Amino acid sequence: MQKFNPNVPTGPLEGRWEKHKFDLALIAPQNRKKYNIIVIGTGLAGASLCATLGEAGYNVQSFCYNDSPRRAHSIAAQGGVNASKNYQNDGDSTWRLFYDTIKGGDFRARESNIYRLAQLSCNIIDQAVSQGVPFAREYSGYLANRSFGGTQVSRTFYARGQTGQQLLLGAYSSMSKEIASGKVKHTSRSEMLEIIIIDGKARGVVVRDLITGEISSHVADCVVMCTGGYSNAYFLSTNAKGCNTSATWRAHKNGAYFANPSFTQIHPTCVPPTGDSQSKLTLMSESLRNDGRIWAPKNIEDCDKNPNEILEENRDYFLERMYPAFANLVPRDIASRALKGICDEGRGVGSIINDQRLGVYLDFSSVIEKMGIDKVKEKYGNLFDMYKSITGENPYEVPMKIYPAPHYTMGGLWVDYNLMTTIDGLFACGEANFSDHGANRLGASALMQGLADGYFIAPQTVANYLARGTFEKVSNDHPEVIASIDAVKSRIDKLMNAPMPEHSPDYFHRKVGGILWAACGMARDKNALEEAVKSIEKLKSDFWKSIKVTGSDTDFNQTLEKAGRVADFIELGHLMCVDALDREESCGAHARLEYLAESGDAMRDDENYGYVAAWEFNENGPELHKEELNYEFIKPTYRDYK
Amino acid sequence: MNFTLHIWRQKNTSSDGSFVTYHVENIDSDTSFLEMLDHLNEKLIDKGEDCVVFDYDCREGICGTCSLVINGHPHGEKKATTTCQLYMRDYANQRELWIEPWRAQSFPIMKDLAVKREAFDRIIQSGGFISVSVGSAPEANSQLINKDDADCAFDSATCIGCGACVAVCPNASASLFVAAKINHFEQLPQGKIESKKRAERMINQMEEEGFGSCSNHRHCETVCPKEISVSNIATMNNLLLA
Repeated sequence: MQKFNPNVPTGPLEGRWEKHKFDLALIAPQNRKKYNIIVIGTGLAGASLCATLGEAGYNVQSFCYNDSPRRAHSIAAQGGVNASKNYQNDGDSTWRLFYDTIKGGDFRARESNIYRLAQLSCNIIDQAVSQGVPFAREYSGYLANRSFGGTQVSRTFYARGQTGQQLLLGAYSSMSKEIASGKVKHTSRSEMLEIIIIDGKARGVVVRDLITGEISSHVADCVVMCTGGYSNAYFLSTNAKGCNTSATWRAHKNGAYFANPSFTQIHPTCVPPTGDSQSKLTLMSESLRNDGRIWAPKNIEDCDKNPNEILEENRDYFLERMYPAFANLVPRDIASRALKGICDEGRGVGSIINDQRLGVYLDFSSVIEKMGIDKVKEKYGNLFDMYKSITGENPYEVPMKIYPAPHYTMGGLWVDYNLMTTIDGLFACGEANFSDHGANRLGASALMQGLADGYFIAPQTVANYLARGTFEKVSNDHPEVIASIDAVKSRIDKLMNAPMPEHSPDYFHRKVGGILWAACGMARDKNALEEAVKSIEKLKSDFWKSIKVTGSDTDFNQTLEKAGRVADFIELGHLMCVDALDREESCGAHARLEYLAESGDAMRDDENYGYVAAWEFNENGPELHKEELNYEFIKPTYRDYK
Repeated sequence: MNFTLHIWRQKNTSSDGSFVTYHVENIDSDTSFLEMLDHLNEKLIDKGEDCVVFDYDCREGICGTCSLVINGHPHGEKKATTTCQLYMRDYANQRELWIEPWRAQSFPIMKDLAVKREAFDRIIQSGGFISVSVGSAPEANSQLINKDDADCAFDSATCIGCGACVAVCPNASASLFVAAKINHFEQLPQGKIESKKRAERMINQMEEEGFGSCSNHRHCETVCPKEISVSNIATMNNLLLA
């Protein structure tokens, strides 16, 4: 195992990535075909990485659980992708994007990584445009921008409300070009269930064919995980139903440290929950906050009234009131907490769930009046249609209702500056790693990070790893390979044959989700977290006693797929609570009630908690390693959006 | 709400399938169509039976994973909607539902309601891309693109690759899918250069995969959840003649 060392370069911040790239070892074009690389997941990070490595000439083998790489959940990202092009001449720069991102993350991320991300942001736009991504344009033919939460410049590039779709289809088309060239061999409908480690190095994976149930091993010289985040631990989230932690959790149990698991983003603008049958929550893009005004009734007795009948003076535009400088565009964590506060006061609107109305209004009437309905349609049409089809209400006539929902996880596998985990030869890119967003991610930064990792960073650092190592050939009958296959088979066996089968995977998923949402969601405190840790421990033992999976394991069996994923969510949920307990401060999305200012703002404790919490898996309980964050170039400040 | 469901069950690609009838009760009108099927599957687990396999992922109408032919209509009768965006309130007057997979030779049934759509991936691999390598892209604003062209390109690029166009077509043609991709690039200067070759390759691949040709039934555009117009097919044909 490599030393727990972030491997951050030294010297002036602006030149670190350039210098580091020069120091990285290269592999000559004619030698690249001798190396085999496995990529798990084909979202923005995975697809862009497969395309880039394939073009360079490596042999790439990729897997995804979807029925096509084009369906990875990056496709659902709506709002946009940031880049510090400064096309709007509003004072943007690499430095400002860097500073906004690090401040947005409440000073819990590495300076060097974020600066590199800001530097690479412009190349991403160039690359995407050349692939034919149809970004929005002005009548002049130039690219258009819009603003997003947590910033005071317009640096977000977008393709209506489907930016993630268009960027992913761009990466997928480039990846398809490499599949056609034979450099990338891709297999869909297959799920990685174990990582193969030989002599301390990641050398392959065990995969289950989701159609036939066949278990197979695949060996290579290194493995890259681009497997996304774990918001589905909460059961109800904006993630696609299949998103899971199983790949990252397998890596963790094999020695990869898991960083900041409790840093989870609860997105403010989602369609509110309605009832028990609900299977997921839907995000309404943050870009809506550009023009929509968020309000709640001033008086509790108005909460069940038709909103159009509530007089202007009886409306509380609470974000504008509380944060006049950023108003409706405060960062997500701050908006979500404010929204929750209003509903906790009893001033929420919409249907009643557990004796509480969960929702506030997002109102477009003034902008419709100002811009005209056609302009609003052009800008937000698909989002309005989506809202209407979900709720049956017309947002052009009645204000939308919104409530926060789990959306993105800043935490993930700990990686060094090279995006390598604490397992040699195991890399993690995109949302699967923890690297760039600290304790809160700003809007339109996830697409930027996934693509920066996949197109520009990992291809260089993976090559360096391969160039500096020697890799003995591994055959599929190597004892470690066989042991990994056996581990997968015996786990499936346990899932299929619990001693007292009684409850479905969804039953347990809802349980663990409920515990996490209550104790490790928008507001956390010591007692609730301690209780949650105990409840999850009990849930875990109940799960293995009474999980009920029908059908066969040698067949297309979605119940079995779910069961395996839920088992991992339960264990991860435990670690999320342990991490939230350890961090006795509030920062970004991590709001410990004991450490909130009266205004509701997070009170950081840089002296005692200015670290990345990297957890090592241990049979006797997680073990904490701290990566101290040293700020050489900026001074962490109180995050003031007033 | 209570429903009688006739669901296509089929063990695997090579076995025969048939409709099996189930009853679901007390479904809330705000329940989505797929949540109604989740509910059925929970009941089947209770009874110790194998669940109905159906495809889904994002459940917000963008990933293109969900399918289902409901009472003869791919993605149900509602316009511009994927199956995952249907709600049971849409079925207040239809209490008997026939639920089938996409039916086309090029989309073999894997199990129950799930089909294999890898033929679409292979069509994209045959030419559905711009041949640019990472790192060689020029500055994004160095090539201006007329806003109307960019908007038109977007309208074609919005295809989610679900395959409803194939499922509804009497010829099981993939023309709308193929034409949408060809047009997306044809509208943009950076894509236009390879247009003709791209169109030839993709259409050849479509035929090789066993999809039929277009004979102007135009059912595809009526079921397309993203409302992609058949005028894409006309433009594609013009491109081939040019």
